[in-house]
Amino acid sequence: MAKTATTTAMNAQTVYADGGAIRSPWKMAWRKLRRHKLAMIAMWVLIVLHLFAIFADFFAPYSELTTDRRRTYHSPTRVHIISPEGKLTRPFVYGYTRVDTLRNLYEEDKSVIYPIKFFVRGDKYSFLGLESNLRLFGVEAPGKIYLFGADRYGRDIFSRLAYGGRRSLFIGIIGLVISMSIGLVYGGTSGYFGGWVDNLMMRVAEIVISIPGFYLLLALSAILPPSLGSTERFLMITVILAFIGWAGLARVIRGMVLSISKQDFVTASEAVGCSQPRIIIRHILPNTMSYVIVNATLSIPGFILSEAGLSLIGVGIQHPDASWGNMLSEALNLTSLTRYPWLLIPGFFIFITVLSYSFFGDGVRDALDPRAQT
Amino acid sequence: MFRYIARRFLYIIPMLLGISSLTFLIMQLAPGDALTTMKLSPDISEEVYNAMRARFWLDQPPHMQYIRWIQQLFKGDMGHSFLWHAPVTWVLRQRLFNTLLLTLASTVLGWIIAIPIGIHSAVNQYSWSDKLLTFVAFIGVAIPNWFLGLLLLYLTVSRGWGFPVGGMTSIDFADFTFWEKTLDLARHMFLPTIVLTTGIVASLIRYMRSNLLDVLRQDYVTTARAKGLSNRVVINKHAVRNAINPLITIFGYQLGGILGGAALTEIVMNWPGIGSLMLNAVQGKDYYLVMGNLLIGAVMLILGNLVADILLAASDPRIRYE
Repeated sequence: MAKTATTTAMNAQTVYADGGAIRSPWKMAWRKLRRHKLAMIAMWVLIVLHLFAIFADFFAPYSELTTDRRRTYHSPTRVHIISPEGKLTRPFVYGYTRVDTLRNLYEEDKSVIYPIKFFVRGDKYSFLGLESNLRLFGVEAPGKIYLFGADRYGRDIFSRLAYGGRRSLFIGIIGLVISMSIGLVYGGTSGYFGGWVDNLMMRVAEIVISIPGFYLLLALSAILPPSLGSTERFLMITVILAFIGWAGLARVIRGMVLSISKQDFVTASEAVGCSQPRIIIRHILPNTMSYVIVNATLSIPGFILSEAGLSLIGVGIQHPDASWGNMLSEALNLTSLTRYPWLLIPGFFIFITVLSYSFFGDGVRDALDPRAQT
Repeated sequence: MFRYIARRFLYIIPMLLGISSLTFLIMQLAPGDALTTMKLSPDISEEVYNAMRARFWLDQPPHMQYIRWIQQLFKGDMGHSFLWHAPVTWVLRQRLFNTLLLTLASTVLGWIIAIPIGIHSAVNQYSWSDKLLTFVAFIGVAIPNWFLGLLLLYLTVSRGWGFPVGGMTSIDFADFTFWEKTLDLARHMFLPTIVLTTGIVASLIRYMRSNLLDVLRQDYVTTARAKGLSNRVVINKHAVRNAINPLITIFGYQLGGILGGAALTEIVMNWPGIGSLMLNAVQGKDYYLVMGNLLIGAVMLILGNLVADILLAASDPRIRYE
């Protein structure tokens, strides 16, 4: 119950901390978090990844759908800084020629040099209603730069990683917000009312928990009609993921609310005539906040992994839209996997993201945990 | 204790009813029905199609279909798989064994590896070996099973390690002697088992370490030390026994995750279990198979939780069930 007491204190405006300085509990938590080195590194990694995805149009040299049939499975282009004459120059790439059409083998053609240019005009895009074609880097027309290689259709994997990040990263956050809201309201209502309402609501939640999540995901993805547009499909998959996630959270919140609602301040607010929704939303749920925040950061990876898993096996985000999961699906073919190992790169991005979220979440937990004194 | 187990078993029945109705509802929402693919097939005549519809009560309203399905379920008939042209129960039985084999082997192996490592980590907290192991465990938790599987497949093929990269048995399996069969199966199981075990080991190490650390701070451990007991006895007889108990519950909770992880691993590594079966069923709109699969998955999860609770009650005298 130590947790409850401190979070109650957190909602008060100010607390006197060391030396009489007035600091809000949130600021104290932030100070604690900043001292957690690993969590801070993880936070910066996450910020960079999310910016990379949001401004994909700018960071990616090509658009998501730009294909090149003459450069299928192009190996990653090497970036050189030493010119053929042996001098240090600005970064450049050589032209490539395909030496084996069947196996998609490419070799550098040292006679053609394409210097890497910055802030170039490339494929057109519209971002927040702004039409533009400004891209961070690129090479002159017949040349191509594939930092992470190309896929089956000669699409740039680096660019698709940026665009795919929009779906893969934000599905976690949006799905989390949805399932959190359902879980909070559901668990809060169930715990507050107790009795048969609680009993019935928890049985329903248990049914959802009792079906292995991934199986349920697969079955639900079968509902989606194939005619859905890409935005609708993305939203529907987010909703499905949220549908799986809310029940576990609701159960924990209900337990917390059950114990909180027996405390004196709830009786007091009942006595002054607060309405029941007001008591649940304004008085009880804020006390579960520190748990919810920790749980939130730690459950985003679950959403990202579920989306990746679904898209990997072809029932999530559909081609030609990129997502980190469906980019990996080409690697499911053993021949492609061994010949073109760069197809695995999106997996490392998923791994880094998940790792960062868990380090960050651990840091947040330590920062918000009143028992951990530093 | 007996009454508790009996009550838990009785409780499974309404749960299954709920799960089956949810499953049925989901399948109702899906476009078309179990026979839509059949209708489109030129090989099947109108009469056969209509006869099939009547046999599976698909011409009835949904609630009648559900009742029919439940009735058949009690007779041990889960309907017909149109992909396999066989009863769903038959298909599931084949695959269920494979999945259980894989998950049980990985779980047992995972516990055998993780518990000693967790103990070592906690006893030598903040030593370099603890830091290294904790870090490795962190990575093990963060790396998705299926991605580890893909990496292992890539390494196996490109480095020429002699492990089979898919399937469960060799083509000439039927001609093998018993020992050859065992060896062949073990070789095929090797890669998927490593993948699943890694995930289990990584999370168990973290739980075991933090549980044991909590227990080591307790007063009775100090008392035991004060009595002059050797460090080994204090840890093995007093601390570890109490630290393992919560892990049993965690195991019950994690079962769903293990099953899900196993499903993706099965698909990526071509292991013929119920996970890969489920994908085929969903893609082929084989609705009876999907429903049967969901139900079996839920039963496994519920039974796993039940076993975990009973084990916990049996091992921890502080827990009493009335």
